[in-house]
Amino acid sequence: MLELFLTFFKIGLFTFGGGYAMIAPIEDICVEKKHWITHEDMMYVTVIAESTPGPIAINCATFVGYRKNGIAGAVAATFGVVMPSFVIIYLISMFLDNFLEVTLVANAFKGIKTAVGILILDAAVRMIRKMKKKPMPLAIMLCAFALMLLINLFSWKVSSIVLMLAAAGVSLGGFVLQEMTARGGEGT
Amino acid sequence: MIYLNLFVGFLKVGIFAFGGAYGAIPLIREVVLSYGWLDDEMLTYMIAVSESTPGPIMVNLATYVGSSQAGFFGAFLATLAVVLPAFVIILMFMVVLKTALKNRYVQAALNGMKPCIIGIILATGCYMIADNCIGSIGKPVMDGKTFFMTGVLGIVYFGSRKLHKNGISPFMLIALSACLGMVVYASVLSGLYFAK
Repeated sequence: MLELFLTFFKIGLFTFGGGYAMIAPIEDICVEKKHWITHEDMMYVTVIAESTPGPIAINCATFVGYRKNGIAGAVAATFGVVMPSFVIIYLISMFLDNFLEVTLVANAFKGIKTAVGILILDAAVRMIRKMKKKPMPLAIMLCAFALMLLINLFSWKVSSIVLMLAAAGVSLGGFVLQEMTARGGEGT
Repeated sequence: MIYLNLFVGFLKVGIFAFGGAYGAIPLIREVVLSYGWLDDEMLTYMIAVSESTPGPIMVNLATYVGSSQAGFFGAFLATLAVVLPAFVIILMFMVVLKTALKNRYVQAALNGMKPCIIGIILATGCYMIADNCIGSIGKPVMDGKTFFMTGVLGIVYFGSRKLHKNGISPFMLIALSACLGMVVYASVLSGLYFAK
């Protein structure tokens, strides 16, 4: 149990750049070195992680922990992976405000602001590359893009959650309709 | 009350944050702005800090917001709230819902959600860049220096990938932008600029 906690603590401490960056070290340690889970398990958890909400690292830690030691293992691994960032950010939060009053630091952060915009754009571009280029997903993507842009520009009080649920509804509706017409076709 | 708000706000983020960290940013932005916990400026700073420190970006942001609003206990609650849904959902999938993901209807709904999230992230990225350079409706600014910075960083970041397979990492880009920012925004330089 302690081993689970410490392993995930280490993974949490040494992976920069968020969830996707964590998949490789988790695979390396939990599959190759410690044999806690198999390659197939790892594939399966990646698929679940991509289709369910929440940080991917948490999904993986919970999965591995549960496989190894049940609920208690899941708790230990999840705690382990969260702990380093919690402590580091908590410390940073205590002095960031004072730090920002230094002109040089403020200027540096002004520069960083432009980088963050580019990183977010880049994340979207990568996802578009991997996306299936079919009319329906493309149409949903463009609608969501246009609506979200309008929401941002005019500060409308519409949550992006509404957009996501609407997209899920439209897609599900389209699927059901398609199935019904297909079934109708068989009948005649 | 602030504790309850923090918990509920980040629970919402944890439940609806599909698509990894960048998928969650539009939603986190929405939540922190609506409660008035951070402004746009501070949020972009924190995204950069989260990207440059270890750990999941969502967890980092939750910890920071919680701590800045309500100290240690706030940080603890916000972090717990953002982690809890992912934890519970994975356990559910392992224990009871083993085949739910293969269900055709679940697949159909997810297939609609994925492109929608991409659109939302794309819009957020475009809006942030535009907001930096030309301001928003109601308060237009023409920030030549930021325009310059965005151009240079964009060319370096996307260009480096043409030369090398992986290009420079996000962490390197942030470090570079910090150095460039110190030079470009330095008041000495702007003095020269205006003197001309």
